[in-house]
Amino acid sequence: MTPRLRLAAGLALALALGSGARAEHPKPVLVFAAASLTESFRALGEAFARAHAPARAEFSFAGSPALVAQIESGAPADVIATADAATLARLEESGALADAPAVFARNRLEIAVERGNPKGVKGLADLAREDLVVILCAETVPAGRYAREALKAAGVAVEPKSLEENVKAVLNKVALGEADAGIVYTTDVRSAAGRVAGVAIPDAQNTIASYPIALVKRAGAQPGARAFLDFALSAQGQAVLARFGFLPP
Amino acid sequence: MSSRRATRSRGIPLLLVAPIAGAGALLGVPLVALIARAPWGELARELSSPEVLTALRLSLVCSLSATALSTLLGVPLAWLLARVDFPGRRLLRALVMLPMILPPVVGGVALLLAFGRRGLLGAWLDRAFDVQLPFTLAGAVLAETFVALPFLVIAAEAGFRQVDARLEQAAATLGATRLRVFARVTLPLAAPALAAGAALCWARALGEFGATITFAGNLPGRTQTLPLAVYIALETHPEAAFAMSLVLLGVAIALLVALRENWMGR
Repeated sequence: MTPRLRLAAGLALALALGSGARAEHPKPVLVFAAASLTESFRALGEAFARAHAPARAEFSFAGSPALVAQIESGAPADVIATADAATLARLEESGALADAPAVFARNRLEIAVERGNPKGVKGLADLAREDLVVILCAETVPAGRYAREALKAAGVAVEPKSLEENVKAVLNKVALGEADAGIVYTTDVRSAAGRVAGVAIPDAQNTIASYPIALVKRAGAQPGARAFLDFALSAQGQAVLARFGFLPP
Repeated sequence: MSSRRATRSRGIPLLLVAPIAGAGALLGVPLVALIARAPWGELARELSSPEVLTALRLSLVCSLSATALSTLLGVPLAWLLARVDFPGRRLLRALVMLPMILPPVVGGVALLLAFGRRGLLGAWLDRAFDVQLPFTLAGAVLAETFVALPFLVIAAEAGFRQVDARLEQAAATLGATRLRVFARVTLPLAAPALAAGAALCWARALGEFGATITFAGNLPGRTQTLPLAVYIALETHPEAAFAMSLVLLGVAIALLVALRENWMGR
């Protein structure tokens, strides 16, 4: 054997061994989830792995329309969970989903302000104040649309300083003190505990967000995908989501 | 050609064919795909929509301002690096080059921590002058300058190094002041390199995305430059994103051609 051949043989052997070792652990279920699900789905994934070993889930978090655009371009997602039905409908209409989406959680909006609320924000009406730097999500993102619905319901006209690409970007800019207020989900304020404060929005003005989840149709889909979806809807999964402040479907 | 030290090889060694073809495909196919997928029939309509025109105008304003600011700040720095021997020069040069290899989003975070309302300098700017940079056009210019400045400095430094110091000395012995020597001898001789540096700097500023969206946010007409508009449009209105991408690609190609003829081709 020449050295080069020996190297090639070694590599082939390593690859064979590597794939053999992996066969015992099925490939993880790839879940695309809305940015507002970041913390809760990580916890859900851990609970899922404990309950369904050796199956496990991996996550890609982004704004809902970004996830849909990625799947439209052929991203290998097994499961998708978005923050509204309209965004997911795009995939359903194009036949990219394996079945009809099911709502697995709901969420409320809340105003995120700096810790201690130094600007004294009391409600949506304050967001029209000129001394406040207010940021929202872009209207392309569910959180941005919900926020505009809430502002409309409250009859408040806001001039946002920035239209962020996902809800976590809004939250972080408030946490950093660059913005005085932003409209996010209740669950975001809760997961950023201590970094921001929340100002509640009364029910009459609030918009309730519905989160649908669905299987993505694709060749070689993970058998664990269905199990993950069912887990999210199960009592055990719902308990995890409730812990992060989500409302039941 | 004969003066070149390396002789050109006649064929391509067989072993290299695959990696070379791979590199060509990696670099070339995405460009071809973008050109092929572009909405040629509706290009004019896509590009004349108010959203796109706003982003285009803002991109021009921001990138040209960033280039001007880079020239103002970068040329003296390049001269210092080229002409003055001082301890820490290499360290300074490394520092200047850092934004070239730093992920732009990290640059954006660093800018927030420096010039944000609670930033090291930003808190003082806010208190003393009521100046806030995040979410403003000035913030977008600053983010673009941060990322693009090194391109100008490096080209300008190389330009200054090429200037024959004896010409400057001759001018000085003839009685020219230092400023006059710089303005009448050094600068004209380094001008081609400065122009190339400014062009590269402008191109980098025009394409800036990560630092801008992180530091300056995303507001149409204020901080939403073309790359940001491409990113947002891609999720909901891909045709517009393809059309805008084509514009940016066209500018980049035109710039490379121009640079090749004026500078690199020599």
